[in-house]
Amino acid sequence: MADDNGPRIHLDSATLRFGARTIWADLTLDVAPGEFVAVLGPNGSGKTSLLKTLLGLAPLTSGTVEVCGRPPHKGSSVVGYIPQQKGFDRDIPLRGRDFVRLGLDGHRWGTPLPNKKVAAAVQHAIESVGAADYADAPLGLLSGGEQQRLRVAQSLMGDPKVLLCDEPLLSLDLNHQQAVTALIDARRKQSQTSVLFVTHEVNPVLPLVDRILYLVDGRWAIGTPDEVLTSERLSDLYGTEIDVLHVRGRIIVVGGPESAHAEPGASHHHHPHDDDHEPDLVIGRRGRRSPHSSDH
Amino acid sequence: MSLSYYLGQSFAQHALIAAGLVAITSGLIGPFVVTRGAAFAVHGTAELAFTGAAAGLLVANNPIAGALIGSLVVAAAIGTLGGRARERDSVIGVVLAFGLGLGVLLLSYYHGFATEATNILFGQIFGVSSGQVVLLVGIALVVLAAMAVLYRPLLFASVDSEVADARGVPTRLVGVLFLFVLAITVTEAAQIVGTLLVLSLAITPAAAAQRLSSRPAVVTALSITFAVIAADGGLLASLESNTVKASVFVTFISFGIYVLVRLINLGVRSRGTRRQSRPYA
Repeated sequence: MADDNGPRIHLDSATLRFGARTIWADLTLDVAPGEFVAVLGPNGSGKTSLLKTLLGLAPLTSGTVEVCGRPPHKGSSVVGYIPQQKGFDRDIPLRGRDFVRLGLDGHRWGTPLPNKKVAAAVQHAIESVGAADYADAPLGLLSGGEQQRLRVAQSLMGDPKVLLCDEPLLSLDLNHQQAVTALIDARRKQSQTSVLFVTHEVNPVLPLVDRILYLVDGRWAIGTPDEVLTSERLSDLYGTEIDVLHVRGRIIVVGGPESAHAEPGASHHHHPHDDDHEPDLVIGRRGRRSPHSSDH
Repeated sequence: MSLSYYLGQSFAQHALIAAGLVAITSGLIGPFVVTRGAAFAVHGTAELAFTGAAAGLLVANNPIAGALIGSLVVAAAIGTLGGRARERDSVIGVVLAFGLGLGVLLLSYYHGFATEATNILFGQIFGVSSGQVVLLVGIALVVLAAMAVLYRPLLFASVDSEVADARGVPTRLVGVLFLFVLAITVTEAAQIVGTLLVLSLAITPAAAAQRLSSRPAVVTALSITFAVIAADGGLLASLESNTVKASVFVTFISFGIYVLVRLINLGVRSRGTRRQSRPYA
């Protein structure tokens, strides 16, 4: 890396449009090594699109994006990716160990051959997430939490400098949520890996979060949780009255959906699904499954 | 006449080699067919290989070339028209229904031997000339080479297309390339077991193998082994019986292996429930 102390993620006036629809505009953000940034916002606000841009899968309409000082490109080894948990077929012909290895060389053409060095690296990644006991079990028979630990191990195989997480806690129970966030936190502390963590529940990661990027309808806010998660800031962002409540150390965001997009002059646009607009009324509600899994 | 007499004859030797080659390639792609849920794509390309063969028979008296072209055209159609799995299945259904109708129409204009038509549907392994064996060897080598190159990204895309996408695997391209490999394999297999019974070599052995292991290499090896046992075993049984077509025995042996594996599974599960569930609890 030319400049290891420079920002791992650099966005300058970044704008992403799909056709006439603006996903977000003039986004400017630098993520430092070892920094943990949570990305919040309602469904359809472009959280996943941001990750796709950083993966080199969704080119910007205008502006600059750099990952580790270079434009993002597909298959980059400096980026690790952890998606949300989704079950595998029970009879999928793969062990946990094989699944983790795909993170190292799964994108390359050819046939994987037995290799001691690779096997050792895979074993190391498996042990680092505490998955050694079930690494040789069929992947399809593991629980969601176990599969998610293996996803973390898989994402670390390329020794990433940036970890992009897309709702990795979704559909996990509380224990596994804590386990997975602890693994990601341990990685960034050991290796100064920057973390961009898309979530609709801020509370499980609140103790780890350095800054929050909040996306709403093409607009955005960035800052520490105390700066961004305030009634004034979010009301301004949503263009309607939003209350941020602190209840027993947790943060709950409450707002009126029917007025959320009535504000004239706001840079808003029409989505096919009206309910996509609603702010996530209760950010801290656990176990909530979004009915709209596609986030563009 | 005895089996040992037949084994000395070149027609039987050719048939055994051809069946073995077909089994190796079918067994190799089988696990991916099962993992990707592409059984219907196999069936669809096989049925349309029939249409291609009928056309080939009519135009140039060459059913194999016709079948090959037919299945490749279908693979291209499925690859370009059907993106998502569900959409893909309905596209295959649409193309398959029309294609079969077309095949029947073409056959009604064909005034050669009617057995040629039955052979396309139910296979005819005896009568493979040395020239055809060479062709089958060539096709098998192409399939093996293609799978050696495709294996890793295809596995990634089949297991977890979202992460594969994110890691830069051209999942769409890989899927279309696999369809072409599948089409070639299916056409080849149809020479032995016929277009209607292709699944007995392209699905059944892999489905049985997956019930015995979850190591990708072991599953592939078992799938190929089962397919070879079914293909060559079916051939030998047919030589012995003298009256029944080889494809019948191939399907029977293939199905028999599958049933046996399911029974073994049942036995293991009822005896070892407690032991098995422990590490995954």
